[in-house]
Amino acid sequence: MTSEAQALPELATVPWRQPTDARWLRRWGRIWHAWTLLYTIPFIAAAVGMFLLDPLATPVALAALAHAWIIPELYAFRGASVVRPKVRAVAPGESVAQGLLGDLLGHEERELQRRTGLALERGDLGLWLVGEGGALLVTTERRRVHCFCVAASDSELPPSDRIAHLLLALRSDEVGFATVANHAFAGAAWRVRRRLPLQMRPALDAARRVAE
Amino acid sequence: MDRTGHTTLAQWTAEDDAAFAEAVREFGEQQALGYIGTVPDGPGKATHVRELPRDADMVILRRPIAGG
Repeated sequence: MTSEAQALPELATVPWRQPTDARWLRRWGRIWHAWTLLYTIPFIAAAVGMFLLDPLATPVALAALAHAWIIPELYAFRGASVVRPKVRAVAPGESVAQGLLGDLLGHEERELQRRTGLALERGDLGLWLVGEGGALLVTTERRRVHCFCVAASDSELPPSDRIAHLLLALRSDEVGFATVANHAFAGAAWRVRRRLPLQMRPALDAARRVAE
Repeated sequence: MDRTGHTTLAQWTAEDDAAFAEAVREFGEQQALGYIGTVPDGPGKATHVRELPRDADMVILRRPIAGG
């Protein structure tokens, strides 16, 4: 339990939210799973039904199957997008910020962050991958990834500084951090991985390995 | 931490009262601007502080975070 003195000050901005703890994550993981089945199964059933009723309806059945595949992919894309780099050009101060962020990370995490843009952080809730505008949480169940949209309030900060801000907040109060962040998606790690930029995928692989 | 990467605002030692008082003043000004004081406590740990700890090796001022 986080004491009041250690609680993230930003929690005052979201007083209505329940703490995003392990129980909350399990519940939302199940809800997302059920929701995925709910909008996938009817399309599959419709496709099979149409094909059995009249093989001439095969194109429509294929379109229904495509919906059953594409809609979960769109949700996963939305989830993976929380860690996509927000700034393409080299920001002033980035090299200085990269040095400070490197000081906050261990050797392996520093190398991983430089290669992938994501900082790996071990927490009580699971393995975090912190990007400049969001974070992924790989739960110890390993198959599930929760995607959180969260950022430092100053949009002009260099990318590495934005990660460092999030990292310090996460280290101060993990549940508070997850509570302040907007939960964007929960789903299978393989589904999120497919929608991550190529250079970020090794970070998710590393988090899954550590979570085992 | 700021737009230049980071800026050293104050340096002090536990024995130097004048330097610490200056650091406390600077810390208060940054808090008024919305910055939050955080003390890194080694791997994976950090503590949010409302007052400048005299014995801390380093205090980092960060911007508040918010859901996007």
